[in-house]
Amino acid sequence: MDLLLNIAVDGIAYGMILFMIAVGLSVTMGLMRVVNLAHGGFALIGGALAHWLGAELGLGFWLAAPLAIAGTVLIALPLERVLYRRIYGFGELQQVLATIGLTFLMIASVNYLLGSTLLPIELPPALRQTVDLGFRQLTAHRAAVIVVGLVVIAGLWGLLDRTRFGIRLRAAVDNRDTASAIGINTSSIYMLTFALGAGLAALGGILGAELLPIDAYYPLRYMVLFLIVVAIGGMGSILGSFVAALAIGVIETASRYLVPDLATIVFFGFVILFLAVRPRGLMGSA
Amino acid sequence: MLRRYGSQYAPAVLMIAVAVAAFFAFPFNLAFLTRILIMIVLVLSLDLVLGYAGIATLGQAAMYGAGAYAAGLFAIHVWADPVAGLLIGALAGAALAALAGLALMRTHGLTLIMLTIAVAQICSEIANRARDITGGADGLRGIRMQPVLGIWEFDFIGRTGYWYAFAVAAVVMVLLAVLVRSPFGLSLRGIHQSPERMLAIGAPVYWRRHAAYTLGGGIAGIAGALTAQITQLVSLETFSFALSAEAMIMLILGGTGRLYGAVIGTVIFMWVHHTAAANDPFNWLFVIGAMVLAVVFFLPTGLISLPPALKRLAKGGRHAGS
Repeated sequence: MDLLLNIAVDGIAYGMILFMIAVGLSVTMGLMRVVNLAHGGFALIGGALAHWLGAELGLGFWLAAPLAIAGTVLIALPLERVLYRRIYGFGELQQVLATIGLTFLMIASVNYLLGSTLLPIELPPALRQTVDLGFRQLTAHRAAVIVVGLVVIAGLWGLLDRTRFGIRLRAAVDNRDTASAIGINTSSIYMLTFALGAGLAALGGILGAELLPIDAYYPLRYMVLFLIVVAIGGMGSILGSFVAALAIGVIETASRYLVPDLATIVFFGFVILFLAVRPRGLMGSA
Repeated sequence: MLRRYGSQYAPAVLMIAVAVAAFFAFPFNLAFLTRILIMIVLVLSLDLVLGYAGIATLGQAAMYGAGAYAAGLFAIHVWADPVAGLLIGALAGAALAALAGLALMRTHGLTLIMLTIAVAQICSEIANRARDITGGADGLRGIRMQPVLGIWEFDFIGRTGYWYAFAVAAVVMVLLAVLVRSPFGLSLRGIHQSPERMLAIGAPVYWRRHAAYTLGGGIAGIAGALTAQITQLVSLETFSFALSAEAMIMLILGGTGRLYGAVIGTVIFMWVHHTAAANDPFNWLFVIGAMVLAVVFFLPTGLISLPPALKRLAKGGRHAGS
């Protein structure tokens, strides 16, 4: 019983991290139809900035984390303008190639500036203490990750379901051309959505640094993991990404606990079987 | 008539001439030249899968690695004959591609790309765990090959290795040239351009794509077997994502859907790699990243489209560059 609860708690925390990082990828793929392999790079940039602000400049976590997220958004905006905007209309292959190229440049830049070693992010004391849940000790950090994940999904739901921006975004996802024909400024929606996705990835990268350690090769190492969330959730579906991320978090954690030697193989086996049966994912439309 | 044949065979003659010239011009770089030849075989396999059949894959290294491990293990435990090893490598690559293809060919786009990467990662993980058989992270060592066809011993300088790799690359090239002109090859192009129409005229799209993926896997397996036999070492790196990505970059750099494009792209990429990478893999990432973006934005159809574009430009026609 304890084992099951442990798997549930760790798996859900892990899933929340995956959700935060991957949801932006899912929405931009559903919206712009761009195969973006560089998305993990924004989580890396967020984590690396948080490390640099904390370790080199001595800022506290509560200041460094928001600044790092803002910094990531500031980097993502011009990238969307200059680079991504040009590849929206390209073929799949060109998009893959361009975003791989961008990923390589991100890795090389982080390495050039901060080196190839691990980039730890120091957590504040408030997040390091433990919370007693009765059946197990839980670090406040894990609890915070779960709470932040819930806030993010609630916030995204509110944003998409209750605001004018959300209505326009959903219209653009459903049919880009019609949306722009009836006067929705899809170009600014693209940019805002892209920036939002990059910011969430940075948040996930910073909060998840304990589970997915930050170093220069981060975007390549976890690329498949993030892509799996999007593929299983279904492109463009926020709820799909959420369910998929939690399921993946729990299944991967369970296979680590139960069959540690074969964890990767079991996990990928599940993923391939699932996608062979449902190639469009849980809630995919396109 | 003669002119037509002349222009048809000119690239082949030129390639053989370049290979012979390279052998005498760089006698101390034969290991590097051999690696180019092996990569050409791998990129040719990718050209069949991606360039002709239009299957977007970032996991061709899975079949390359399977071929390398199969050929290495076969040489150590069963028979160290190189040509038999090549067949085993091809079988291993084709078998893996056929098995994975059953699931992969049902998917498209991003899901397909992600799953091809995932298959390579699974293979890497299996090779890493099966330490007793594969040597794990230390790599598979102790491969000692018999002479090629019982005549040519593998030597330290790598002369035999070079000509052996060249012969295999040439055979693969000829086979592919025949294959892509066959009705099967034409149906692959048709599927690439419009799967719906090919389905409508009765082509079994799923199984054609599956067959192309399996054949490509077999050729990638041959490339893997070559590297195992010539370098006498197989490491987990043979399954790496970087290898798959680089093979794809080489192909697109040269131009997809044309066999000569695969050769040109590989040679140029490997040469840039050789000169720019030196000892620092991260500086290399800067170069490769910039190179990839330049190709995507300025040469979307690859280097092979450069000469005709320049020719049009030089003629000064009104439609120059279009």
